[in-house]
Amino acid sequence: MNLGYTMKVVRIDKKNWVGDIENLSRSYRLFGPVKDDNFHRFEELDKDKLPDLDYFNTRLSPKSIVYPQSETMFEYCLDERKKDHHVMKEASKDYSQRAVIGIRPCDAAAFLLVKRNFDTPECKDPYWVKAYEATTFVGLACNNPHSACFCTTAGCGPFHEDGLDILLIDAGNHYFAKIITSKGENLLKAAGWDTKVDAGKEIESMKQNAETGITSFIATNKLKDKITADLFDAPFWEDMAFACINCGTCTYACPTCWCFDIQDEVHGCSGTRMRNWDSCMYPLFTLHGSGYNPRNTGMQRVRQRFMHKLKYYVDKYDNGIQCVGCGRCVSLCPVNIDIRKICNTMNSYEK
Amino acid sequence: MSLKIPRYDINLEPSMSKHPDFNRKSILMHTQSGFKSEIIAIVPLTAHEKLFHIRICDPCERENFAFLPGQFVMLELPGCGEVPISISSSSSNKEFIALCIRKVGKVTGMLHRLKPGTIVGIRGPFGTHFPMEKMVGHNILLIAGGLGIVPLRSPIYWVNEHRSDYGDITVMYGAKEPGQILFGYQFEEWRRIYGLNILTIVQNAGKGRQGKEGIITDLFDDIDIDSDNTFAVVCGPPVMFKFVCAHLSKSGLPRQRMFVSLERRMHCGMGKCCRCNVGSTFTCLDGPVFDYWTVMNLKEAI
Repeated sequence: MNLGYTMKVVRIDKKNWVGDIENLSRSYRLFGPVKDDNFHRFEELDKDKLPDLDYFNTRLSPKSIVYPQSETMFEYCLDERKKDHHVMKEASKDYSQRAVIGIRPCDAAAFLLVKRNFDTPECKDPYWVKAYEATTFVGLACNNPHSACFCTTAGCGPFHEDGLDILLIDAGNHYFAKIITSKGENLLKAAGWDTKVDAGKEIESMKQNAETGITSFIATNKLKDKITADLFDAPFWEDMAFACINCGTCTYACPTCWCFDIQDEVHGCSGTRMRNWDSCMYPLFTLHGSGYNPRNTGMQRVRQRFMHKLKYYVDKYDNGIQCVGCGRCVSLCPVNIDIRKICNTMNSYEK
Repeated sequence: MSLKIPRYDINLEPSMSKHPDFNRKSILMHTQSGFKSEIIAIVPLTAHEKLFHIRICDPCERENFAFLPGQFVMLELPGCGEVPISISSSSSNKEFIALCIRKVGKVTGMLHRLKPGTIVGIRGPFGTHFPMEKMVGHNILLIAGGLGIVPLRSPIYWVNEHRSDYGDITVMYGAKEPGQILFGYQFEEWRRIYGLNILTIVQNAGKGRQGKEGIITDLFDDIDIDSDNTFAVVCGPPVMFKFVCAHLSKSGLPRQRMFVSLERRMHCGMGKCCRCNVGSTFTCLDGPVFDYWTVMNLKEAI
């Protein structure tokens, strides 16, 4: 929830940063970006480990903090001598409060897009919703956006605040922390940050500066009014999908992709039922028992992914595209398929 | 006999304080963990299909478990996985549900090796149902191909139990070979007691069989469709829908009165895992029963 009054900004001296993080780790499980080879990735921070806030964008999105790549849902016993054998029991999990330090605004906004699927009035996904509600998002504004970023035209931005509880802004020797929600306020207390400052103008100019750093754009204004069938039957899909090797990299790296698979794993007499990330790029994703596959060709699967992100999602929720412009799929795709180009093509397509 | 759909009656409060919701989306929260159930009987039907009678262990849960024809359940087999299976028993049968399962993959292969007494889990029921209440007073044409008879057995039971509410009932059933006809042992009962008109056809009759040989659409030559007063329910392999529904359209049946039951790979049943989507609809929530008009306007549906 947004705080009703004018947003509070505090200054955090970088000299005290180590101690502040230590304070936080007493009441929160902390997650943050750490360096891994040439890339960064989000992981749980052990004691004495600091989040490395000097990074462009992590290779994989931080969606795994709320939605692990492989998550145990149920446990069961197959030993028929035991009581309650073959009965699914909910696996115990740690939903104590956690905080992500240094998440990029686009990645935080992505959680809001995914929430529309996992948290509906008819059915709340218990694992996702509990983990999401236990998490405080401390964002890090992008002062120098990456060349593949197109967040400003994807409903997001380098200083975007939706989905965040606190926004940190790196200002040389100190951070400004903009408190956005009451969750953020609680974290502020736990960290002991209380040097209130009036930095509205400074932040505003940094924001404008960062926004001018975004150099690539997409057009999404006409997607909503396009006829689904026209886009579906459009001739450009063969071309767009020609190079695709259906590797699934885009779906795993994407912060807004949520499809999953449910599998059982058995060791001796004890078993678990887990859900794992899945990808609509794979033929097995939709293969029927009978051998029939509604999305049999690579082209159909590529079309499904982009139609879902840029048309079905737009139609269903009437709240923009299912993309935050983080640019991961653009920079990681081995065959240079570019969602920006596809989006613009779809947006300007006339039958 | 009147329909057994409970209507909201203020005198019946508090036992009916909740309006019955057959679309069941609102009670999905209760279906996340399964009901502990037992396989009480296994009836081999053909070389590849068996009929499993499954009973929910807890008497209270068993009593409360209710579904409508066309809905499906997730059958979970701990250690193997779970599969979506449409229910093919009568919705008034409170003792057990019957699931007809063909041996095709890992879970179904394992199911075929099980013995009665095995503990399994049932989640559900999920999905939409055939609009039995809308069909009251009309003729019904039930068209099945191969395994498609499985979801249609439940509406057949329904019309049998509420026989006076409906007009002529015709079942058209096509299979590959005579040996693959499912529930053939019930046809005589359905014909004689309930007056159903059951037409079967096989692609390859083999030697010495009397009866029709051909494909399902050939059966349209044998019937007259009163297009103003008929509902059609179609279920079968994807290729069948187009041909059958084209025939129905030709005979003047509006597409809103043709209902099809679609098949999709499903894992969660609750519109989360996203693999059963057809356009922006989920087969597990908005289907599996769709009217053909909707299906025609959905890309990739059939």
